[in-house]
Amino acid sequence: MNTINLNGATESHPEGTTVAHLVAAVTGRELLPTGQAADGGRLGVAVARNQEIVPRSQWAATVVEHQDALEIVAAVQGG
Amino acid sequence: MTETKTLTRNDALVIDGVALNSRLIMGTGGAPSLSGLGAALIASGTELTTVAMRRYSVDEAAGGGTNLFKLLLENNIRVLPNTAGCFTAREALMTAELAREALETDWVKLEVVADDHTLLPDALELAEATEQLVNRGFKVFAYTNDDPVLALRLEQLGVVAVMPLGAPIGTGLGILNPHNIELIVSRASVPVVLDAGIGTASDAALAMELGCDAVLLATAVTRAQNPLLMAEAFKHAVIGGRLASQGGRIPKRAHSLASSAMAGRPDL
Repeated sequence: MNTINLNGATESHPEGTTVAHLVAAVTGRELLPTGQAADGGRLGVAVARNQEIVPRSQWAATVVEHQDALEIVAAVQGG
Repeated sequence: MTETKTLTRNDALVIDGVALNSRLIMGTGGAPSLSGLGAALIASGTELTTVAMRRYSVDEAAGGGTNLFKLLLENNIRVLPNTAGCFTAREALMTAELAREALETDWVKLEVVADDHTLLPDALELAEATEQLVNRGFKVFAYTNDDPVLALRLEQLGVVAVMPLGAPIGTGLGILNPHNIELIVSRASVPVVLDAGIGTASDAALAMELGCDAVLLATAVTRAQNPLLMAEAFKHAVIGGRLASQGGRIPKRAHSLASSAMAGRPDL
């Protein structure tokens, strides 16, 4: 198991967990290999891993590692 | 009358090649519920709105997952992500990159504030962030102080719009230095959007009368006692101010000037 920090919370995930797995789990939406939502709508989230953007096209290929810090963000009311 | 109708109909605001038929940009901040926000946005007639980027949360007050984004898509309201909460150019760049990836737009309202007490823009970090964002292909709407010198500098750095504050964020004090706003407008060749400090409809009308191309406000509607009425008030105020600006006001005079001729007055 890998221990990671996801949106400020410590979590454990099995070896081989990808960013795509995490985004699907957090948003509750199925993803295509392209990182688009399988339901055809726009997903509206972005991911930073260790302070670097992971483009959605790379989500499925990006395996999270022990002690990674991930941020999954979306639009909220503001300004 | 025909002329007036034509003016309001063909008077789109063009930013980065995109025509917006409403010169009121209503932000999403401060609304207690998503449904109330949606109704207020529609009542305002806005075609562009700001959002902030935060950790994904199902909490409705925080956007309800991606429900806020869906609401805007469904109502054909273009999204302008902001970098609210950023104190450095580095943070603002990261936030803008996340927004571009999440919302698929290269538009960004750049906010880099000095501290959370004044919420005033940090001019040095703002200029630094502007330069880097422009280099990375972003279309920058720069939230700035009401400083004519800085506004021109930001324009030279390549912003698509300058957004001077009327008064500090959330104060509702209106336009504290109308002379500076007028000066910014007179020298700008990109659209000028009065942003922050608007309290009520007359503030928005004044901004337009001073020559601003648009007004951006959020809490003046979302925290009003009746947000729907206030949204509509701002819609009309912005149109009224714009028409007045184009109509050309009479010069101010120190003393009175009769509008009724004395000639032909009967002996009474």
